[in-house]
Amino acid sequence: MNRTRDTILSLLLLGALGAFLWWADGHLDKYQIQVLNVVAINIILAVSLNLIYGFTGLFSLGHAGFMLVGAYVCAILILPASQKAATFILQPMMWPFSVMNAPFIVAVLAGGVVAAVFGFLIAFPVLRLGGDYLGIASLGFAEILRVVANNIVPITNGALGLKGIPKEANLWWNYGWCAVTLVVIARLINSNAGNVLKAIRDDEVAAKAMGIDVFRWKLISFTLGAFFAGVGGALLGSLLTTISPKMFTFLLTFNVLMIVVAGGLGSITGTVISGVFITILMEWLRFVEAPMHIGTMTIPGIPGMRMVVFSLALLCIILFRREGIMGMREWSWSGLFGLFGKRGEAR
Amino acid sequence: MTERVSVLETKNLVMRFGGLTAVNDFSISVPEGSIVGLIGPNGAGKTTAFNMITGFYRPTEGQVIFQGQDITGLPPHEVCRAGIARTFQNIRLFGNESVLQNVMIACQVRQKLPWWHAPLFLPGYFREEKEIREKSLALLDAVNLRSHADERAPSLPYGAQRRLEIARALATEPKFLLLDEPAAGMNPQESIELMDFIRSIRQRFNLTILLIEHDMKVVMGVCQYIWVLDYGVRIAEGTPEDIRSNPKVIEAYLGEEALEHA
Repeated sequence: MNRTRDTILSLLLLGALGAFLWWADGHLDKYQIQVLNVVAINIILAVSLNLIYGFTGLFSLGHAGFMLVGAYVCAILILPASQKAATFILQPMMWPFSVMNAPFIVAVLAGGVVAAVFGFLIAFPVLRLGGDYLGIASLGFAEILRVVANNIVPITNGALGLKGIPKEANLWWNYGWCAVTLVVIARLINSNAGNVLKAIRDDEVAAKAMGIDVFRWKLISFTLGAFFAGVGGALLGSLLTTISPKMFTFLLTFNVLMIVVAGGLGSITGTVISGVFITILMEWLRFVEAPMHIGTMTIPGIPGMRMVVFSLALLCIILFRREGIMGMREWSWSGLFGLFGKRGEAR
Repeated sequence: MTERVSVLETKNLVMRFGGLTAVNDFSISVPEGSIVGLIGPNGAGKTTAFNMITGFYRPTEGQVIFQGQDITGLPPHEVCRAGIARTFQNIRLFGNESVLQNVMIACQVRQKLPWWHAPLFLPGYFREEKEIREKSLALLDAVNLRSHADERAPSLPYGAQRRLEIARALATEPKFLLLDEPAAGMNPQESIELMDFIRSIRQRFNLTILLIEHDMKVVMGVCQYIWVLDYGVRIAEGTPEDIRSNPKVIEAYLGEEALEHA
């Protein structure tokens, strides 16, 4: 009985979300729609990082690198040839890239696949390392990709970046991909394969003794995470219509990491909740960067103030609720009813 | 002990860590279907021997033969796939997972369908997963933990955690089971239950069992044959009766207390 109730409620929630998107598409202003789009992309990025870090226990800081790959591959595929010719002013674009073109969905997929290939290749040296060393190595890898993108001018247009990317990533594409990401990763995590990933996170030695090919499973998780990071990057590039290597610094990985940690390492629903909250808060908090008048005093606007507020918020989360919003649990209807219902039903 | 086929054989295993020889010239032959023991004082190299057999250490010299196959130097997961399962001296359960999940994880090694069947919603995967769930529940039944299936593994009492670790090892469908100090931390009553339990799983799952144990009651009560290690060297072997009366063993391992009893 609870099961049918939960299914009905979940379908209702999905329907409500769909209706909201439909309404938002027609009624909200451009800025608000942009924020909604960023919410979806941030969820894609954060859930894919949670797969790598939260569920498999691989402390990877290479997300910005995978996003860069996805964004560039997608942008090169959807930029019209005329726009390419106009953008590449330092050096003309190299031949096969200058004429390549693909529909948006193919371009996003290609972005994900190429990012996954990079993830797969980088995994071989990097995944031999454990813990913090893996973090440093993957961070280094992301920086290398950024520097390379800055220097292969005939393909990436160097530091000038790519401009005039068709803005095809609308609400429906972004939320569609967001749904695909969530379904794929949630299905994987809730299957026995997901149990295996969590086992590797909990105790690698025991996992090996239980016949788990630890390296292979880490490789799967890392590559799949890289794929969705590439998809997220591709959507972001199309949403912003302009990309440059400068965009994909460590700060971008940090933002995603913040969402994951705040939501709870090892909780998909936690990541979704914190993805929504943090993205919206990030925009809303822009007012702290504007000049302020307190009484007769005028404080000039300080750019970067948002990040200070956010770092403080993250600090508070780590100090007072280290496991994040959801910890390792998942949000469920029965959990919600338990919260509001009798105390005894909470468990 | 030569009349039956040996399921596991080690030939002159040597393990050196730098200048230290942890295990030297370790040769045993375990007959199929038997329960045998490996004993010795602390630091004698028993766990090192286990680690060599299960692929966690690559022996410096020597060979491990399992069912006629040379498995020396195979990585642990392939040793497990070949049919050798183990438990750990300091219990190593998957701490954030439920009791049932702990067992299901170990079933993965016999799972036929690859992982990507799950996110693609292919029906075969659901079926296989249902089978795994049922198999795991049956195993939990066998170790009397079914009623705790949904609890988190670390919340179980100590003895139950040991039984869960054995259930988890059984889920890999082994032919050969290595138990590293299964009775550690158990009271005498629990130890007696453990002996019956070890015998019953040997019978039920058609296993050969090699165990390391400090509890002499358990070793003498359950093992048919015993090897004694001291400082990495095998100093004696034989039936429990032989070992009990072997002066070398009494001197090296059982100590003065045992001499008084003799």
